[in-house]
Formats: sequence, C-alpha cells, structure tokens
Amino acid sequence: MKMQSEDVGITARATSIVDEMKKLEGPLLPILHEIQNEFGYVPREALPVIASGLNLSRADVYGVVSFYHDYRDQPAGRHVLKVCRAESCQAMGGDEMADRLRDALGVDWHETSKDGAVTLEPVYCLGLCACSPSAMLDGEVIGRLDEDRIGEIVAEVRQ
Amino acid sequence: MTVTIYVPRDSGALALGAGKVADAIASEIRTRGINAKLVRNGSRGLYWLEPMVEVETSQGRVAYGPVTAKDVASLFDADFLSGGKHALSLGDPEEIPYLARQTRLTFARVGITDPISLDDYKAHGGLVGLEKALTMTPTDIVRQVTDSGLRGRGGAGFPTGVKWKTVLDTPGELKYIVCNADEGDSGTFSDRMIMEGDPFILIEGMTIAAIAVGATKGYIYLRSEYPHAERALNEALAVARKAGVLGKSILGSIHAFDIEVRMGAGAYVCGEETALLDSLEGKRGQVRAKPPLPAHKGLFGRPTVINNVISLASVPIVLDKGAAYYKDFGLGRSRGTIPIQIAGNARYPGLFEAAFGLTLGEIVDKIGGGTKSGRPVRAVQVGGPLGAYFPRELFDTPFDYEAFAAKDGLIGHAGIVVFDDTVDMLKQARFAMEFCGIESCGKCTPCRVGAVRGVEVADRIAHGVEPEKQIELLEDLCNTMKFGSLCALGGFTPYPVMSALRHFPEDFRPHPVREAAE
Repeated sequence: MKMQSEDVGITARATSIVDEMKKLEGPLLPILHEIQNEFGYVPREALPVIASGLNLSRADVYGVVSFYHDYRDQPAGRHVLKVCRAESCQAMGGDEMADRLRDALGVDWHETSKDGAVTLEPVYCLGLCACSPSAMLDGEVIGRLDEDRIGEIVAEVRQ
Repeated sequence: MTVTIYVPRDSGALALGAGKVADAIASEIRTRGINAKLVRNGSRGLYWLEPMVEVETSQGRVAYGPVTAKDVASLFDADFLSGGKHALSLGDPEEIPYLARQTRLTFARVGITDPISLDDYKAHGGLVGLEKALTMTPTDIVRQVTDSGLRGRGGAGFPTGVKWKTVLDTPGELKYIVCNADEGDSGTFSDRMIMEGDPFILIEGMTIAAIAVGATKGYIYLRSEYPHAERALNEALAVARKAGVLGKSILGSIHAFDIEVRMGAGAYVCGEETALLDSLEGKRGQVRAKPPLPAHKGLFGRPTVINNVISLASVPIVLDKGAAYYKDFGLGRSRGTIPIQIAGNARYPGLFEAAFGLTLGEIVDKIGGGTKSGRPVRAVQVGGPLGAYFPRELFDTPFDYEAFAAKDGLIGHAGIVVFDDTVDMLKQARFAMEFCGIESCGKCTPCRVGAVRGVEVADRIAHGVEPEKQIELLEDLCNTMKFGSLCALGGFTPYPVMSALRHFPEDFRPHPVREAAE
C-alpha cells in the first residue's frame, strides 16, 4: 500500500513539473533536471508522465534519460562525491588519491555505501585543472586533493 | 572612506578555500567595526597564489596570497587595508611577471571587476563594442569579425566571421545564437573563468552576434559540472535584462534579443556542436551528419550561429578596437590572442593569455615553470583528451593552429597538461581509448566499437601478448577511427594514442624488455 501511495505522489509531482515546463523550447532536459532535483533521481514512474506530456514515446524518453551520465535511476546516498579521473588530475597523482578514497569509503565507482552515506562517481574534468587533483562533494569544489583533504571528506560523509 | 577588498568567487579559488577566506574577512570587518566592502571578483588566473586577496588602496591594488582563513586576522593586524607588509604580500598584482607578460584582450577585466556589476563592466570599457555594433549594418559587423582573423576557440579553428556570414545570408524568420559552454576537455578552464569572472563579455558578444545575423534568441549550453558558472551567468543575465542590455529593445534600439542558460547532463560528446544542438532540442546528444550545416539548419532546423565561449567573448574587443587592432596580434593564419591554460603537473598552473606564436617550450618551461613535482617534464598533452602528447623534442613548435597540425597535433581549446617522467604513455594511450568508449554517442561504428577494441589491444600490449602484432593492429584501428568516424571524438582519439606510440615507443615494448632497458 505504501508503495502505491508513493507512486501516486511521484506521478502527481512529475505531472505538475511537466505542465509547468513544457512550454519551454526543447523542454525535455530541463524537465529531467527538475525531476532529479525534486526526487534525487529520475523515477521510472515519471517517464510515462513526461512522455504523454511532451507527446513522445516512453522509449524516446527512456533513451534520453539513459544517454546522459547525470541522470540516476535510483536515489543517491546522502552525499555525492565526484572525483575527477581525467588527464590533468592523472598527472598530479589523481588515480592514487581516487584509490585511497575508494578504500576509505569502501565503495567503488557508481556505488553507494551500504549505510547510504555516500555515492561515489567518476567525473571527467571539473575545470579545476590548475589545482589538480580535484573533486566535488555535494556541489562544493575541492582542489589539490591530498591525505588531509581526503581525511576531511571521509569525516564529513561519515557524520 | 570605504575600502574595497576583493576575494575571488572563481571555482578554482573556491576549491582552494576562497569561501572560508571571504567569511573570515567579513567577520573581521564586523568585529573590528571597519568601513570596508567585500567584492567577489573573478580569478586573475595565478592559481598557485589562490586564494589571492586584493585591496584597493590609495596607491592602487595590492595583492596577498595564497591566503588561508587562518591568515586573515594577521592581515588585518598588518593593516593590509592600507597595503601593509605581510608575509603573503605580493605587491601590485599587475606587476607579477606572470601577469605582466600577458596580453589580456579577452580576459582584460577578469579578476579586476565585480563580475555582476554592470557599472563596473562599463567603467572598464564594457558595452563599447555593442554600442558600436548598433550603429553598423549587419554586413559591416560580420566583415569586422571576418577581417579580425578570429577563429573558433573551441578547437576547430573555423573562421568565426565566415560562420556568421553564412547565417546572415540564410533567410529565416527565426535565428538562434548558441554558445557552446560545454568545456569538457581536461586541462581547460578558460570558458569557466570568463563565465564566472566576466559574464557580461559573453552576453555582449552573443548580443553583437545576434544583431549581426538577425537572431532574437540565444542559448548558453553549459555543462553541469560548472554550478558556479551557472550562478554567475544567471545573476549577470538578470542584471542585463533589468538594464535593457537584453530584452525587447537592446540599449533602446529596434533589436530584440534574450539569452537563456541551459544545463547539460554530463555527456562529453555534447561539446561537439551538432550533438549539442540535439541535446538542446531534448534528444540524446548524438552527432548529426553534415551537411546540412548548423548555419543553414541548426537548432530546431533554424539558421544558427554556434560558437565557443571564448570566440564570442573575443568579439566585443574586435568591435571596440577594430579588426586591424585584433589582427595585429599573432602570426600566420592564427590571429589575435589565445588564453592558454597551463594545467596538470605544472609549477605555475594558470591562465596565460598571449598572442599566438609562443613556442610550446616557452609555455611549459618558462611560463609554467616546469613540473610541480620537480621532476623532468616528459610529455605534455595539448588540446584536451583528443589532443596529441608532445615530447621535449617538439618543444620548438610555435603555438599556432597550422604549426600544431603540421606536427600531427592540435591546439584545441588551448589547454596544456604537463606530465613528469613518472608517466606511463601506454596507460595514457589506453585511457584515451577508454574515455572515447565511455563518452561515445554510439552513432558511428569506428568510434563506438573501435574505442572498446582499442582498450583491449592496449591491454594485450601491456601483458606482452604478441606486442608487434598488437601495435600494428593499434595503428590500423587508429587509422579506421580517424577516417571513418562521424565527429572529432572518434576521429581525434587517435591523436593521443598515435602520438604516445610514435614519440614514446619504449613504453609500448613488452615489460621484460622495458625492465632490462632500465
């Protein structure tokens, strides 16, 4: 019963987002961003709502959602840690820092820790290449990752 | 008198603690009861000195850095508000050699002004280009841009004026200006710095483009990894609309134009212009076959100018000072200035805007100061993940579109990533293939499948399985990807791979041989 009422809630909220935003030119990405912003992920239940609102097939909508790295199909942990894996950060020992973070948090890429504290995601460049290696914790940028900063990150997500 | 203190809001500075420094300064101002104003400026681009705090004194600007929150009380104690001496004193920022040696045309205001103050923008020469454009015919505006020699700074180097002329000459009731702000190349951050540090220059450049080609709507397609740029752009757009720089009547003229920021969703390939247009339309970010050109049938099938951030941000100075002024900088067919981004293992990483023509060696050794690790520079990757790796032997290559192409490389978006001698070039070649596989839009086979096969071949080389045969296979694969891919992602991935193989063949030899050689 609980699941059903949640579904209804998702459908209702997704409908109001679609109705509000469908007048935009090319509304699909802004709608998906708003839905992810609202729910923390793009629930499967929202796809038919979007499809009917924009006169698309469900397959079209699913094709778009699954194409982009940003959209999640399930909720993330309480914190989201993105660690840059691109060349500039590689040149500054980013791979080693990333390994230490994975060990310290006990998660691999794209995984959420069992206690739901943190989701770890690879990112290919944050534009912080003049202070590599870099990361982003819940939207806050972090430069020159080192042992100390890794310690701070781990402490923050464990709080 | 109110003293003005500047602490950058640039995300590079924030990543190094500028937010905490600003908080600490605000708190000292309150507790000490000082009459001071805190402005959150852009970054000067001297990242080893960030967070760099500046104070406007009676003798001009005085800088301190790198400042941490813990240093703030001692700065007040040392009377830094009057330019007092402190261990972190840097003096007049404009006299720091790294900055003094630059030619800042596009980045003239970044780090100096309040990014979201239109008054500050105008006080530093802003809007002059737009005001001039409003007195000119569209043909004359396009001619100025063409004559300036400005080429696409996103990487392709296509003449900006030619693009604009095509859109101007294409009839259409509705035309678009699209700014490609999907700066996904590792080692690049100049778009981000402009958007966070001087967003009005991009707004002005897009508005000039709109007047030139008869467009009424503009989009900035911004990557989602840049939340601070999104904030700065939206703040600046709101100010510009309120002041009549955007809207139904641009600066009181008959022209109407407005700009909207649209966020990407983490797909690197959307930096490719046709994939970007599909993404803006709400589709999968897949590459379109050309023709038709975006200039003829672009966003929603309408004639569209699509330019990189730096290309558009370089337009106001061209209109302000004239095509001849801009063209006077540079060499050969590479005219004007280019904001070079020094990244990776560099002692002095940052943004260095200069006329085209510095050699790669000057940039890496003299300006970048060699490696941060203190070890020898072994390779530098120029132009992002699709750019070639250059060895020291090619450090005499001048920074110029054609000179780099002649050495089987590209300047791309002008990012330079420095690696020291601990780099494993086979690993870098493998990563180039892996990255192409992760980011491929999947539309064409050479890119979608080639990248996956490339990783497998690299792994076999690493494991010493028939290395000579595998190297031959890798070359063949690169050839197929280079000539058979629909866009630059699959087409240019061979650059880092083949340059690594050609210039660093020892890293591709089987391990026993490598160990014996060491």
